This record gives sequence, structure tokens and C-alpha cells, in this order.
Amino acid sequence: MTTQAQPAYAGNHSAGDDGTQPPIFYETEAHEHDHSSGGTMLGFWIYLMSDALIFATLFATYGVMSTSYAGGPAPSQIFALPLVALNTAMLLISSITCGMGMIAMEEGKKGATQLWFAITFLFGAAFVGIELYEFAELIHEGATPMRSGFLSAFFTLVGTHGLHVTVGLIWILVMLVQIQQRGLVPENRRRMMCLSMFWHLLDVVWIGVFTFVYLLGVLR
Amino acid sequence: MSAPHAHNSAHPHGDHGAPPPDGGHGHGSRRGYVIGFLLSAVLTAIPFWLVMTGALADVQATAITVVGLAFVQIIVHTYFFLHVNNKAEGGWTMMALLFTVVIVAIVIAGSLWIMFHLNSNMMPMAHETTFGG
Repeated sequence: MTTQAQPAYAGNHSAGDDGTQPPIFYETEAHEHDHSSGGTMLGFWIYLMSDALIFATLFATYGVMSTSYAGGPAPSQIFALPLVALNTAMLLISSITCGMGMIAMEEGKKGATQLWFAITFLFGAAFVGIELYEFAELIHEGATPMRSGFLSAFFTLVGTHGLHVTVGLIWILVMLVQIQQRGLVPENRRRMMCLSMFWHLLDVVWIGVFTFVYLLGVLR
Repeated sequence: MSAPHAHNSAHPHGDHGAPPPDGGHGHGSRRGYVIGFLLSAVLTAIPFWLVMTGALADVQATAITVVGLAFVQIIVHTYFFLHVNNKAEGGWTMMALLFTVVIVAIVIAGSLWIMFHLNSNMMPMAHETTFGG
């Protein structure tokens, strides 16, 4: 690495302080100068891990409340698995289009990056739309968050995930505008890397949701 | 920790012919994403098919299979899409992930364990029936 043996910081001590030469500090570890993201990626990763902990508490709450029906409907009576399968497919496809967008970005193709992320937005919007439709149907049937502990925990967990996806959609729109205005500059590349990690993590959380909430709920 | 390889492969203009996924964040190859997507599609389709058709007669066996496949799918997503490996960011993303996995396991398993025992110790059946309606 080029940074080795270059003085990074020379102390403020003047030579006259104690008659010795001012101390010179050398960086012995290579910095990631060629990495436009620097520490941002690790910091964002720590945020994503803390976000995962939020979902862990919501999953734990759901696990505790999942059989508290209070005489209300059980999961197998209200969950429509074909709709959930469609929703899962939307989010999974949006994950690979997001990945293709990142590859286009690394290849410096501005138009292709925007196109892939526009497609990602459409699949993500379809996911949120289907979820809102499902919520509306449930509430119409009387399975509201107020009905039972199970439904409160269900709407909190799945709703928090849906809210995250909605924030991700807004983020995609903002990035499409920023790329349009400034191109694939290092700042935008860094933001896109954070965005793609955020998007992929939401997909990982959804694996937990469709498995533990929907599939195991219908089995019970 | 500061292996030169990890930094070189994270170079934005680096060689993209490297085997997937490489050491950087968001730096997967097209092949890596396609493999991850195909694995993920299969790992999603099997549990839905198992539950929707009831292919396994035993509910317990179906539940264990579905949960097992979910854990495999989470690992596939983490490796192929989130590019977590022991080289990214000098291994610190992996360390943060492992720490988080431990905390998540404690929070979920601990909550279920405690609340299950609380239910069985604190709520006798006679009392529970009054909540039935």
C-alpha cells in the first residue's frame, strides 16, 4: 500500500521543548484509500445489525403472542398462502434486480444502473401494494390489530418490515434522481452500496417472516 | 486483518473476473448473484410447496424441514447478496454478524423459554377459561 512509511501526523511539539527531535508518527497499517466508502460501509453494516435486533425483538414478541387468539381467528383461517408466495416472489426478484443494478454501477453504466433500480422499485412497490391489500382484507374480515394478541404482534412485525421496504422505495427514488443529476460519482456509489445492503437485509428478514409467521402459522 | 488481498479485491475498478463473491461490499459478480437467486428461489419454493400441498403427512416433520430450509436460505442470502465473508472489511462485518446472531438467538429463544414457563406456572387452566370468550 502506498500509505506505508508516510508521516500521517507530526506532533505539535517543537524541537526546543526538551531538546529532542519532534516525534514523527508513521502509519503502519494500510488505509483503504482506494475504497471510496472508507468506514461508511462498516458503520452502515453495524446499523443493519442493530436493525436486525429490532426485528429479533418483534419476532420474539410474535413468538410469545402467536397462540393468544382471545377467541379470534387463528393463522390458518386468515392467511392466504398463494398471496404470500406471490409477495415473496416480488421481493426475491427485486433482490436480484438490485444486484444486477450494482453490477451495472460497478461497470460504470449509468443508464443500466437506473433501469435496474427502476425495476427494483416496481417489484418493491408491488410487494408493498400486495401487503397493503392483504392488510385491508384482514381488517375487512374483522382481523384487526385490536382483535387479539396474536394479531397485534402480527401487524407490528409484518407492518414494521413493510415500513422498512417503503423507506427503501423512497431511498431508491432519491438515488435515481441523484444519479440522474450527478452521475455515478463516488458519493453516489457509496450511497448505492448502502442502499443495496439495506434492501438485501430486508429480504433476509422476510425469509424469517414467511417461514415463522405464515408457513408455521398455517401448519399450526 | 489487513491482508492486502482484501483491500485489492475491494477496489471499485478492480478485476471482476474474481470468483464470487469477492472481499468488498456490494461487489458481487453477475454469476454470484444468479447462483444466489436460483438457490434462493428453490429454497423458497420447497417450503411453500411442502406446506400448501401437505406433501409430508407429518406436521412436525414439515415444520422442521421448513425451518431448516429457512436457515439455509438466510445463509445463502448473507453470502451471495450481502457478501459477508471473513475478508470483507478486514473480517469485522463477519464479527458484527456473529455477535448479532448470538444476541438474536438469546432474545428469541430466551423470550420464548421464559414466557412459556411463565404461562404454565402463572396461568392455571381454571383462570384461563375466563379469558376464553
